Amino acid sequence: MWKLANPTMFMDLAGRVLPWLTGLTLALFAVGLYGSVLAPDDYQQGATVKIMFIHVPFAWLAMAGWIVMSISAIGVLVWRHPLAEVAMKAAMPIGAAFTLLCLVTGSLWGQPMWGTWWVWDARLTSVLVLFLMYLALLALWHSIEDPGRAARIAAVLVLVGAINIPIIKFSVEWWNTLHQGASVLRMGGSSIDSSMLWPLLIMALAFTCLFFTLHLMAMRNEILRRRIRTMRLMAAAAPVAGVASSRPAEA
Amino acid sequence: MVILGMDLGPHWAFIVWSYAIAIVVVSGLIAWVLVDYRTQQKTLADLEARGLRRRSRQGREGA
Repeated sequence: MWKLANPTMFMDLAGRVLPWLTGLTLALFAVGLYGSVLAPDDYQQGATVKIMFIHVPFAWLAMAGWIVMSISAIGVLVWRHPLAEVAMKAAMPIGAAFTLLCLVTGSLWGQPMWGTWWVWDARLTSVLVLFLMYLALLALWHSIEDPGRAARIAAVLVLVGAINIPIIKFSVEWWNTLHQGASVLRMGGSSIDSSMLWPLLIMALAFTCLFFTLHLMAMRNEILRRRIRTMRLMAAAAPVAGVASSRPAEA
Repeated sequence: MVILGMDLGPHWAFIVWSYAIAIVVVSGLIAWVLVDYRTQQKTLADLEARGLRRRSRQGREGA
């Protein structure tokens, strides 16, 4: 396990896994979208229920992104592992994008069903807070030059912000909200008919594979970025003939 | 409104906008990751062409 946590080993592994993961993601999207097209309209919502096949996976992955960052944050603070720093940073923009999509598709679903684009209920507000936390973390990380220091500060904030995840999940039970209660992951089983449930689950699996494909790719990019930074710093610290003239200004 | 053989009903625009925005944002993410990868690889290759080496390679080449 620790051997695989070596960045060079990780790059090799990512290179071998990514083509398979990309293929699996495409196959799952093909099946999921086909199922979404064939799924019947809801007896109350009509065809608008088709928004569910993307909105729900976005909502799950908005939270999953923060959970991935929280696990990485533990790796950063406990073991100070560089791969944990890379994993945490790589998940940020992807999680932020999925949270934005959750908010936008939710709003586009809410307008025809509830008669409003937005309401300050507990579920919507807590997801908006999650999105703002993603943006704040991205801004914080980019404002600190040393990646190790940025990672340690961000890791503390990620773990503090993790308190929002159960708040989002249980907000519809703890407070009276316009947003509906849990209908897939709930005690007593799903309340969604199987004709709509299976395309939803396959779409969720497809988006999950997409998330991890993008995450692996972004981690690979971040490792390369750190190698470049190290090489520039080394060149700046010990200039040698033929290299001193190519020293970058920012290193 | 019938789109791709599906009757999307009176709220078709909300459905179409949802999927369109999702496609644009996800495509943007994919493009960003791919462009970033090419940029980093090109920068790394440029630095190596100038004679700079990673610490691990310096050790291996020096041995």
